[in-house]
Amino acid sequence: MPGAVDIDPAVPAAEHARSRGWSALADTVLLITGMLIVWQVATLIIGHEVLTSPLETARRLSAIMADPDFPAHAWETGRAFGTALIIALAGGLTIGVALGAHRLSGQVAAPILVALYSIPKITLYPVILLLFGLGISAKIAFGVIHGIIPVIIFTMNGVRNINGVYFRAARAMRLSGMQTASNIIVPAALPEIVSGFRIGFSLTLLGTLIGEMFASQRGIGYMLVKAMETNDVATVMALALFLIVLATAASSVLLVIDRRLHQSVIAQSGDSQ
Amino acid sequence: MMTRPGKLRWALIIAALALLEGACRLGFVSRQTIIAPTAMAAGAWQALGSAEMRGHILITLASVAQSIGLAIVVGFAVGAALYRLPRLRRTLDPFLASYYAVPAFVFYPVFIVLFGLNRWPLVAIGFVFAVTAVIINTLDGLSRVPRGVRRTAAVMKLTPLQHIFFIMLPAAAPWLFTGAKFAVVYSFIGVIAGEFVLSGAGLGHAIAFAYNSFDNETMYGLMLLLFLIVGGINMQLWIWEQRLYARRGGY
Repeated sequence: MPGAVDIDPAVPAAEHARSRGWSALADTVLLITGMLIVWQVATLIIGHEVLTSPLETARRLSAIMADPDFPAHAWETGRAFGTALIIALAGGLTIGVALGAHRLSGQVAAPILVALYSIPKITLYPVILLLFGLGISAKIAFGVIHGIIPVIIFTMNGVRNINGVYFRAARAMRLSGMQTASNIIVPAALPEIVSGFRIGFSLTLLGTLIGEMFASQRGIGYMLVKAMETNDVATVMALALFLIVLATAASSVLLVIDRRLHQSVIAQSGDSQ
Repeated sequence: MMTRPGKLRWALIIAALALLEGACRLGFVSRQTIIAPTAMAAGAWQALGSAEMRGHILITLASVAQSIGLAIVVGFAVGAALYRLPRLRRTLDPFLASYYAVPAFVFYPVFIVLFGLNRWPLVAIGFVFAVTAVIINTLDGLSRVPRGVRRTAAVMKLTPLQHIFFIMLPAAAPWLFTGAKFAVVYSFIGVIAGEFVLSGAGLGHAIAFAYNSFDNETMYGLMLLLFLIVGGINMQLWIWEQRLYARRGGY
């Protein structure tokens, strides 16, 4: 295993990247095909009543999407998710920058944040319901409590690792706190902030859906829980497929941005080797 | 001797609890919404005294332990296999990265039909939640083993087994530990979530049941117990983890 894997072929960078781009696409297609085959075989082994086949699931999904009620449910989920995401990202960024820039506050808060991150927040659903009542605000609150903590943690760590010279430069130029935050801290910690946004995006979606499953009469989460209760496997699978495709697509875009930012930072600071 | 941030942290937590206590006792917060921390502690103490509640707690802990064990073994094996197959790994990466955006417990009904109405569907949900975190961290750790160390192993002509046990495992240990830590976190989340949705036993079920019967004292007492258990385990794992990374000269 060691040895052969370590040697990079001497291909010009651009050409190398292009050919790898195409073969990566081919690999992805191959992988998805493989997954569909595994899924189909699994259906044949454990039966249609338990696991619907890929084709049946796709048909069921198009039937659900053609349903006149579907746009309202999707819009409801989208609205709750969008609002929760904005609150989680903006709030997480603000708190993370503040905690990262002030060393002592960061040291005090870090273990508390880690503990909060690890508790199963689903148990808080009675509290959220009691505080916000049934409806969209409870869902948004659920999305926010899931998504905001990773954004805070990543931003805080990013800000903490900023080169101290930048802060001294900010002081020398007599920048105000706000100016330092927007002109120095955020650009310097951007790669970590985007990584945090990526995790925050996933968890906010998860939180919003959980909120809908318990605290709502509308939205995709509600459709899911209704299908779960009536043991309607075809609908569960179709909605799961819908969410998986959307989440994976959005997450892949964020992943590409994330990787680019991290690479450009490495290239700039010149310590890539 | 406690450090200054440590003291401040405890002061902050105690101040927050005192504030909540005061707000509840003085009637600023409705008793139907949140109860005073001392009342929560009383509820927790009462729950610990009841054999039925202890049963719920133990059955949850047992399922979580099974799920953690399975997730670590399978996740580690899959991670190690993917490390040897870099092309598959590159292709799988975006899927692994977006895995946690999908609420995995929607598959709970599927597991119930598969395994029957017992504890196995819950173990399966915890496992499904936890295993990906183990895979991701195993891959991360193995690919961070410095090239120089692997070359040295090659120079010394270690056998494959020696290579694994003397080189790869020790060098990747901190990340493997992080993976195990996430297995604990996600197994708890998965099992408790499953118990909330559809189950007749366990801590999640007991909390949901107390909520539905407006028994706020029991509900908050059980939540407090759960948070103490999960928080305590996690703080301990976090401390060990920090030590491991420090020893490794972490980056």
